[in-house]
Amino acid sequence: MAAVNVLEAKGLTKIYGGLEANVDIDFQLPEGEITALIGPNGAGKSTLVGMVVGRILPTRGSVSFEGADISHLPAHQRMQLGMAYTFQITSIFPGLSVYDNVALAAGQKLAGDKGAHDQKTRQVLDRIGLADRHDQTAGDLSYGHQRVLEIAMGLAQDPKVFILDEPTQGLSETEVDAFIALIKSLAGETTILLIEHNMRVVTETADHITVLDQGRVLASGTPEEIRSNAAVQAAYLGTTTDA
Amino acid sequence: MSKAAKSNALHLAILALLFALFFVLPAYHVGAFSRIMVLAIYAMGFNLLFGYTGLLSLGHAMFFAAGMYGFGLGISQAGFSVAPAFLTGIIAASVLALVVGYLALRTAGVAFMIVTLMFAQTVYLVILYFGEYTRGDEGFVIQSAQRVFFGIDLTTETARYFTAFVLFAICFLWAAKLIQMPFGKRLVAIRENEERARMLGYHTDSYKLRALVVSGAFSGIAGASYALLFGYVGASFSTVQYSIFPLLWVLLGGAGTTIGPLIGVIFMFYLIDISSSYTTAYMLIAGVVLVLLTLFAPQGLAGTLRKRVFPWLP
Repeated sequence: MAAVNVLEAKGLTKIYGGLEANVDIDFQLPEGEITALIGPNGAGKSTLVGMVVGRILPTRGSVSFEGADISHLPAHQRMQLGMAYTFQITSIFPGLSVYDNVALAAGQKLAGDKGAHDQKTRQVLDRIGLADRHDQTAGDLSYGHQRVLEIAMGLAQDPKVFILDEPTQGLSETEVDAFIALIKSLAGETTILLIEHNMRVVTETADHITVLDQGRVLASGTPEEIRSNAAVQAAYLGTTTDA
Repeated sequence: MSKAAKSNALHLAILALLFALFFVLPAYHVGAFSRIMVLAIYAMGFNLLFGYTGLLSLGHAMFFAAGMYGFGLGISQAGFSVAPAFLTGIIAASVLALVVGYLALRTAGVAFMIVTLMFAQTVYLVILYFGEYTRGDEGFVIQSAQRVFFGIDLTTETARYFTAFVLFAICFLWAAKLIQMPFGKRLVAIRENEERARMLGYHTDSYKLRALVVSGAFSGIAGASYALLFGYVGASFSTVQYSIFPLLWVLLGGAGTTIGPLIGVIFMFYLIDISSSYTTAYMLIAGVVLVLLTLFAPQGLAGTLRKRVFPWLP
């Protein structure tokens, strides 16, 4: 069954001075499925995602979202179209309450309707397990809870495409388990792009895997195909240990 | 009582107190409080930009001056009556803020401070350059006969106090409302983490520009009110000193609090007023107090209260 691609990148290239961070990357996100983007450090994952969400201007190439070319749109307009992005390095509003953090994320679409806005915010806090901490200042939360809050903010945006940049970095095993359960519960609801180092998370959640190496797509396919791919084993799986 | 109800009660209590002060204070302090309330409007405008949006401008005197000259020249040159002249002052400050913001907001941090400082200096020099109309450094007086609003003579102590009170009350409640609204929350989000706000889909550049225009409008209202109530328009109000004052008031009172600007102005006014009755070196005393406050209450008076006693403080 050929799924519809909600997001498509064609020929994305980023050259910093003489350094080729990404070269001619073709990349698709099938609607409603979980795609993982993996690759060793320096493979160009963050650059690629940066170009997809609009934080980094590509040297050439295009990005389309739901069939429309969005290459010329600034980041905030891409988010308005229905993307959400969580940062690799935790990025929340430290001086605001947990509730306000999530409310700000939900408010981009819902601020006009007070009731719906509050309801959405509470619903996300419940789902993510932060409801009893809604009054706390976000900056005072533990590291693990801050990561969870960051994901909650993404959820509150009700994204069509949810991009998570190394969401499990620095989390404990139990927290990773909770994350895996959450991501699985989102399947079908939204399309997910996961940039991840933790292979357990990738193998347990992803429907598709794209492997980047030295700025190029090394392989792309189902987890089984990737696992049996000799080039991938040589470049990545055989040489790295889980983070 | 909910947080919002508490803060509303606090704001109304403060207004009731200011209203009552007129009847209990001696004449000198009634005059002082008329001035304090007008300057507090200026401080509240500055606070919107600095305390809530996190943008530090070192050139806010240009907006105060734009309001003051918009009003003053409206009366002296265009022959307007009080209401249209006042409106001219607000429009002048808002338009100036829009233009300056459009250009200056391409920068951030220290560069933004310097660019706003330079624009304010330009405004000061423009005022001097057009000395024929503005009377330059010397300034000009707005005659008592021209300071009449719907038959009310605004030069009497009573009319002056209550005009300042009404203007202050409107701005105070408006500012408090603004930061409760989604717009205000988004400004705080920009202060806390601009990149995150952008990646939530907010056009942060546009919000910063709007914050600057509202802040400029408040400053313009303060400038026009000052000219209206005290009858004097002068270039000294557009100097660097008048750009630094609101920063001091807001830092002392508590940046990012609704009551901080008023507290800061009262504190600074009486600090100088009382110390200057003892010594000519009153600025030294003011300086030492500022250093002590910065060391021991870096979040200002209201900010420290919020941190230690009243976490609900708006």
